[in-house]
Amino acid sequence: MGGVVKGGRLLARALRDPASVTTLDATGWTALLQIARAEQLIGTLAARVQGLKMPPDAARILTDAAASIAQQRIAALWEAEVARRVLKPLGVPVILLKGTAFLAAGLKAGVGRSVGDLDLLVPRERIGDVEAALLAAGWEWVKPDPYDDAYYRRWMHELPPLIHRERDRMIDVHHTILPLTARITPDAQALIADSLPFSPEPGALRTLSPSDMLIHAAAHLFADGDLAGGMRNLWDVHCLIEEFGVAGLTQRAQHHGLWREVARAARLAHELYDTPIPETWRIWDSGDPLYMRRLTARDGWGRRTRPLTRFGFYVRSHWLRMPPAMLARHLWTKWRNQGAVGD
Amino acid sequence: MRHAFSVRIGPVGFRIGSDWRAPVAQLETLYADYPKPEIPDFTVRLFAARPWRRFVRPSVTIEGDFVLPDAAPLPLAQGLLAAEMGMNLQMALGQRRFLLLHASAVERDGRALLMAGVSGAGKSTLAALLSARGWRLMGDEFALVDPATGLVHAFPRLVSLKNTAIGVVEAALPNARYGPLMAGTPKGDIRHLVPDAAAVAAMNEPVPPALILFPSYGFEAESRAVPESEVFVRLTQASTNYVAIGERGFDALTRLVKTVPARAIDYPDTESAIAQVEALWAAL
Amino acid sequence: MARAESLRIVHLDAFTAIYHRASGITHLLASPAPEILATLGEAGLSRADLAAKLAAQYDMADFDAAALAERLDELVVSGLVATA
Repeated sequence: MGGVVKGGRLLARALRDPASVTTLDATGWTALLQIARAEQLIGTLAARVQGLKMPPDAARILTDAAASIAQQRIAALWEAEVARRVLKPLGVPVILLKGTAFLAAGLKAGVGRSVGDLDLLVPRERIGDVEAALLAAGWEWVKPDPYDDAYYRRWMHELPPLIHRERDRMIDVHHTILPLTARITPDAQALIADSLPFSPEPGALRTLSPSDMLIHAAAHLFADGDLAGGMRNLWDVHCLIEEFGVAGLTQRAQHHGLWREVARAARLAHELYDTPIPETWRIWDSGDPLYMRRLTARDGWGRRTRPLTRFGFYVRSHWLRMPPAMLARHLWTKWRNQGAVGD
Repeated sequence: MRHAFSVRIGPVGFRIGSDWRAPVAQLETLYADYPKPEIPDFTVRLFAARPWRRFVRPSVTIEGDFVLPDAAPLPLAQGLLAAEMGMNLQMALGQRRFLLLHASAVERDGRALLMAGVSGAGKSTLAALLSARGWRLMGDEFALVDPATGLVHAFPRLVSLKNTAIGVVEAALPNARYGPLMAGTPKGDIRHLVPDAAAVAAMNEPVPPALILFPSYGFEAESRAVPESEVFVRLTQASTNYVAIGERGFDALTRLVKTVPARAIDYPDTESAIAQVEALWAAL
Repeated sequence: MARAESLRIVHLDAFTAIYHRASGITHLLASPAPEILATLGEAGLSRADLAAKLAAQYDMADFDAAALAERLDELVVSGLVATA
């Protein structure tokens, strides 16, 4: 082949073929770790390369990353448990989405995955009751006047974001998955009807069916024009296909009006991660190379090399007694002088 | 990035990229005696938010593995400060191996003294002055406690001195190395003290903590014992990663609180503080 | 019927520090909360049994049912106690 593997491709190779990292030098490792962090895949990388021969610094950094992810997992599953307890009396089906669902269901896609907010799907006709129950249990609106927010009026597939006043964690309550255009609306009722409970107990949390999980992951990838987080989304798609295969996927995706997105996601995952997809799916369309370039455009410093927006690895942290605003004051009080410098 | 610098400080390696040569040149000079990491734990980037900001009223925007959104950029003349703030930020938001406490640490006879408190309480100044009196400087901003062993690990970054403290420390340590004087920052004058050769040489030698102090500046000299529960609360407030490291944080902090005595000291001036510190240490 | 979740408990002078494994949250509790948790244990008890045991073990005979119910509800809300 020749040529140095760089950017997102370096990360993709490490995930696809973990043994390849044993050939990396210090510079290569530095770049790999940087890109993995920027793509929110460092926990996944840590899991994939565990036990392989690597420099002590790399081993230590990945061990620390794994410990961090493990703690995030605890916090994420607890958030889901609290939501379950609060919503149980409503008798409403509550479906976990995305990372929290993967973790709770013990899926491959959940291994090493960092999870932030809790995402739930509930029936549209009950969303008012759900909102009331959450507000009564200590969640509050992130923005002071949420329904004025034009975004929510336009999209209206979810409640404006809520944050828990003591635990300082966000919850996003959806009544459908992302509608990508006004014309294509996924069948929310079918999503709920085909969802699966974790246990036979009343009030147990649920996940989407495997096909719907895949369709959701694919839809999510293309919802953001910048493809931020794209490599991770595609890793989710890769893991789900590896775990569940693609039986029934085409038909289901067509039903939701999302087949084009699912097909493209499958092709991109195959290209990056060698995802096992049917031969007939592997025919590229003209847009695919552009997507690939955008997805993998990172330099050794973890920066997007063709940025549409400035990208930063944004971490919401939870202090026992020091919320992020106070931490900012702690570290930045001296330097917060808006008028003197900068634009 | 155009210019790059890397340094290992205690157990943590940093890589700093910069659009400008000046901050990197300063870092190279001041951290000249420090080792370099093979692979850095954290990356800081100092860059111009808009292309013309490299040249026109050049202002330094700070990012890295971990960022605080909406942080205001600094003028290029304070680029060294930006780098130090960037490193602080990575530690505060990203450190997961050690329990991180906002405290200075000095070592004597194989044991550590931790001084915890808010900005302005004098942790940095006291640590610098004690280092002139035979104590080993372990760090002025962060103390690292290993949850597995309870030991304190040194993290000797450049010591940040402000306003009148600059003159006081220069008088006590006339032969030390200092960074440039940065006047007119929002918090007044700043000057960095470079930790001495002994501090750098010993930075990989962790030691058990023997005393925790909570100093308060600007009051009549006084000291009182601090009960366990109060130490616990004050140290969680002084820790940026207690929650993030989970049960290990609980282990580290409860062990610290139950095994290490703690006192709050008020002091009107640094001489009084030093005297109190030495007396309390001798009485252990 | 209530039971205490998996907890790490360290007594400090003025209060008890409790690390709740399932949530990663540290709680600082004053009497009688730690005693309630210790009495409940992982197996759990009915409210009546809990009251009786507390009275017997901790000399809390004057602890009225309403106050106990309130304390218990607080612990449930905080996530330290789960109800069946």
